[in-house]
Amino acid sequence: MNVWIAIALTAVGCYLAKLLGLLVPAGALERPLVQRLAALLPVALLAALTAQQTFGDGQHLTLDARAAGLAAAALALVLRAPFLVVVGAAVAVTAGVRALG
Amino acid sequence: MAEKTAHLRTTAEPASGSTLAAGTKPDAAVVRDALGVGVAVGLSGFAFGVTSAGSGLSLLQTCALSLLVFTGASQFALVGALAAGGNPYTAAAGAFFLGVRNAFYGLRLSQLLALPRALRPLAAQWVIDETTAVTLPQPTRRAARIGFTVTGLTLYVLWNLTTLLGALGAEALGDTDAWGLDAASPAVFLALLAPMLKSTTERVTAGLAVLLALGLLPVLPAGVPVLLSALAAPVVLFLMGRAKGGDAGAGTTGTKDAGPARTEEDR
Repeated sequence: MNVWIAIALTAVGCYLAKLLGLLVPAGALERPLVQRLAALLPVALLAALTAQQTFGDGQHLTLDARAAGLAAAALALVLRAPFLVVVGAAVAVTAGVRALG
Repeated sequence: MAEKTAHLRTTAEPASGSTLAAGTKPDAAVVRDALGVGVAVGLSGFAFGVTSAGSGLSLLQTCALSLLVFTGASQFALVGALAAGGNPYTAAAGAFFLGVRNAFYGLRLSQLLALPRALRPLAAQWVIDETTAVTLPQPTRRAARIGFTVTGLTLYVLWNLTTLLGALGAEALGDTDAWGLDAASPAVFLALLAPMLKSTTERVTAGLAVLLALGLLPVLPAGVPVLLSALAAPVVLFLMGRAKGGDAGAGTTGTKDAGPARTEEDR
């Protein structure tokens, strides 16, 4: 039940955010600071999520095969690989390190 | 291949209304760009389906997320937070904050697409990173509309189809961690993040957010550290404003900071 509550809240919240953007007059975006904050918020959140899902294990910090996978993804990104290759590299390297270890 | 990357890389670029006037582009070229992004990203719904099912969500819950939320980072964040033991409210709050950026995409897209009011509630579900990345650089309104529609449709259909397949396949795979699929979601986040790290401000924000997220992880309930790491954005903006010296700069940055932060909480 808890999961359904989370799904419902997320679905409604995310949809309203999308709709709001289309409905609000463009003038609301004029202020440069609003733009800057809007651009920076996802940077902070995505960085936090990347770190936590790589080095987090419940309430503990840990260094495991996922770190190697993320390094592979970073390398793929530097080489300008397409999205699927980036994700595929992370998955393959993580699986490989686990198979070896 | 380079083309797709190029488009994804434009995500964080400021919208330039002036490009609208300049030049035209054959419809087929727009469709090709849109399909490239739509297919590549749409197929990664498989990773979401597997991750979600591996996190303990049912098939119905997994598919509901892709159908109703349809913004990948938020979906991954939600199942990640739930799997880590977060309560439904902090989990949903994290996913929602990540989805707030779509509101700002919508602000830019509504000018470019100039959709009739009645169509907007329908088009809204497709306002995401990828459709924005394809639509913004288009030279004409026609090209922008084609780009948005083709990317949105391809991505929506494929993302939901591959989510279903991934969720079904998760059982067949057995231990999804052994297949390294728990690395898919951080890799997705990193791929979305990388093109945004253009200047020092972005990099410092990312670094501070990582420190906050990892530093607070052991001491706060699941989901809360990510929410607090969002504070890195206003903090860095404030500090950069001060660093620029200007008495005016520091003052206005400080007072204006409270504005946008508050409006986002209000929603």
